[in-house]
Amino acid sequence: MSLLEIKNAHLKLDDKNILNGVSLSVNKGEVHAIMGPNGSGKSTLSYMLAGRDGYELEKGEILLDGISLSEMEADERARSGLFLAFQYPVELPGVGGMSFLREAVNSRRKFLGEEELDHLAFVKEARKEASKMYVKDEMLKRAVNVGFSGGEKKRFEILQMAMLKPTVSILDETDSGLDVDALKIVSDGVNAQRNSENAIVVITHYQRLLDYIVPDFVHILSDGVIIKSAGPELALEVEKNGYSGLINAA
Amino acid sequence: MVATQETIDKVKEVTSSYKYGFVTELEAEKAPLGLSEEIVKFISKKKKEPKWLLDWRLKAYKKWLTMDEPNWAMVNFPKIDFQEIYYYSAPKTKPKLNSLDEVDPELLKTYEKLGIPIKEQEALAGVAVDYVFDSVSVATTFREKLANEGIIFCPISEAVQNYPDLVKKYIGSVIPIGDNYYAALNSAVFTDGSFVFVPKGVKCPMELSTYFRINEQNSGQFERTLIIVEDNAYVSYLEGCTAPQRDENQLHAAVVELVAMDDAEIKYSTVQNWYPGDKDGKGGIYNFVTKRGNCLGKRSKISWTQVETGSAITWKYPSCVLKGDNSVGEFYSVAVANNAQQADTGTKMIHIGKNTKSTIISKGISAGKAQNTYRGQVQIQKNAMGSRNFTQCDSLLIGDQCGAHTVPYINQHTPSARVEHEATTSKISEDQLFYCLQRGLDSEQATSLIVNGFCKEVMKELPMEFAVEAQKLIGISLEGSVG
Repeated sequence: MSLLEIKNAHLKLDDKNILNGVSLSVNKGEVHAIMGPNGSGKSTLSYMLAGRDGYELEKGEILLDGISLSEMEADERARSGLFLAFQYPVELPGVGGMSFLREAVNSRRKFLGEEELDHLAFVKEARKEASKMYVKDEMLKRAVNVGFSGGEKKRFEILQMAMLKPTVSILDETDSGLDVDALKIVSDGVNAQRNSENAIVVITHYQRLLDYIVPDFVHILSDGVIIKSAGPELALEVEKNGYSGLINAA
Repeated sequence: MVATQETIDKVKEVTSSYKYGFVTELEAEKAPLGLSEEIVKFISKKKKEPKWLLDWRLKAYKKWLTMDEPNWAMVNFPKIDFQEIYYYSAPKTKPKLNSLDEVDPELLKTYEKLGIPIKEQEALAGVAVDYVFDSVSVATTFREKLANEGIIFCPISEAVQNYPDLVKKYIGSVIPIGDNYYAALNSAVFTDGSFVFVPKGVKCPMELSTYFRINEQNSGQFERTLIIVEDNAYVSYLEGCTAPQRDENQLHAAVVELVAMDDAEIKYSTVQNWYPGDKDGKGGIYNFVTKRGNCLGKRSKISWTQVETGSAITWKYPSCVLKGDNSVGEFYSVAVANNAQQADTGTKMIHIGKNTKSTIISKGISAGKAQNTYRGQVQIQKNAMGSRNFTQCDSLLIGDQCGAHTVPYINQHTPSARVEHEATTSKISEDQLFYCLQRGLDSEQATSLIVNGFCKEVMKELPMEFAVEAQKLIGISLEGSVG
């Protein structure tokens, strides 16, 4: 059984068709990349999966580990193990990074029937993971994403991913706004979390990120449908010929 | 409840024979309905007060008769019939707060949500609790320990008996009887409250705390608190309120006076959680409070911190009169208004002495159909050379049916003084909510987190255990306002 199964997903925004029958199966241990030009529906797809208000499916189905997500609110999906690394992480003024992480982790643990971590145990764990992402203590004391640089924001996203241990992670344009060094740190962080029990879906414009996070499969999304799926070599083809050649061929 | 009904019936019986005199009523536990000179005398007599205090009350009553209710605040409510209020009620027997069974289940539920069962409050490290239970203080703890330091912490009715000179000297010295309509009313009919005296050089070793509770139906609450801190002394005072659900609006018109001498510091923190009424505002409490601190001494400091989540209507402006040179006034406020709540709150900073300094940080949160107004006055008088004020007013809106208003009054009479005012209005964005939800927080957790982040600057001014309670309270107050 697939860990994430998208079946014939249709979605409209303001009466405009955005997703026109997306289907995708992601198995345990796999990394999938979804590529596509601007306006192809990539971000809509990630919001739809995460259950953002207003992004309800018109037709189709999504299953996480065999369980339908359609009736679940965003928070329930998150607790069930679906994680979205935001393209533009949102600022939460006054909300300390450490307390935010703790609330999030404990919500997930509670859902899994695990005991909530006490303060000391949590701080220890958070510091350990943070150091891997080059996130300093000082940054965890600051308000979530407030005054963070582009790189800091993305590092903090992947730190949250590491702490929450999701079963399926969707990385929405995680490479945007990153310089080469930051890209490497973030990719290393993501790669460290690849294992045989989880799956990662990387959404990106550019092939560049896929040099660092090497996918098992690459899908091309255009006008709300996947027009082509293949191995990592497909990304190179995009890099070489652009999207237009592929789209015209389809 | 049967006993209460009996009392009401008895009072009705008594009221009908009102004009024939007042002798029999002296035995009653409750004054007859309404307000008159006789009622003022009744209260004073019931409390065995000296003549000077009775005269003071009567003067206030006569002043009150000549005054009109203030109508400048941005609040709407039906006219209060002051003859439909009981001005004195004493519990027949002292409530046994040891037994949780006897506590109102609604109240218990609130405590449970707050994670502070009433028993545990007493156990809270270093907190002395003086319960004001339906107008009469029924329990005072830690008093002996404080007495060893020379600190007086007792019901003001006791202070009238035991320290009449102190009370006589300072009562009404900060808020004169004719200061405003509600202060005059309070002066005439106040029933009890707290009295604190910290002598020279003494730093009060614990937070002093009073948990007010409104209990009996239709009994107006007229608390009176007086805190005097001598040279180089310090006190931190906590005031917290909860009230069970009820159907009729209740008036609360408290007066709090603070006096700080040279180098003295008073920190006064309030968490106010009175019943706000139902979704339409029915049954909530009217909180019309006058609070003022007098920084009499040089380098004295008075700091007000308030977290206002309850009441149907809040009309409250804790203020500082900065008389002493180099004295400091601070006001940190979080006011939450949800559903049909109306809050008109703020402060006054009156700079009289040289180099006086004031800081105002106000955070207003509106949800539902609530209206939240910050109203503040900063006055720099002629001789207040080199004085400074900084004001920051931030409003947070949740939903699109509520309102936030900022009304600053600035009177500057000294060129060398500096006054700064900043104001912002923001909304909890869908992006913020979705971000939190995506991390597994439910919408109430998310709102509470975002709102508490918004209030952080004020929350950090509260004593630790109070801050935890206040954070939860804000979450509870906003339940159901999102999603």
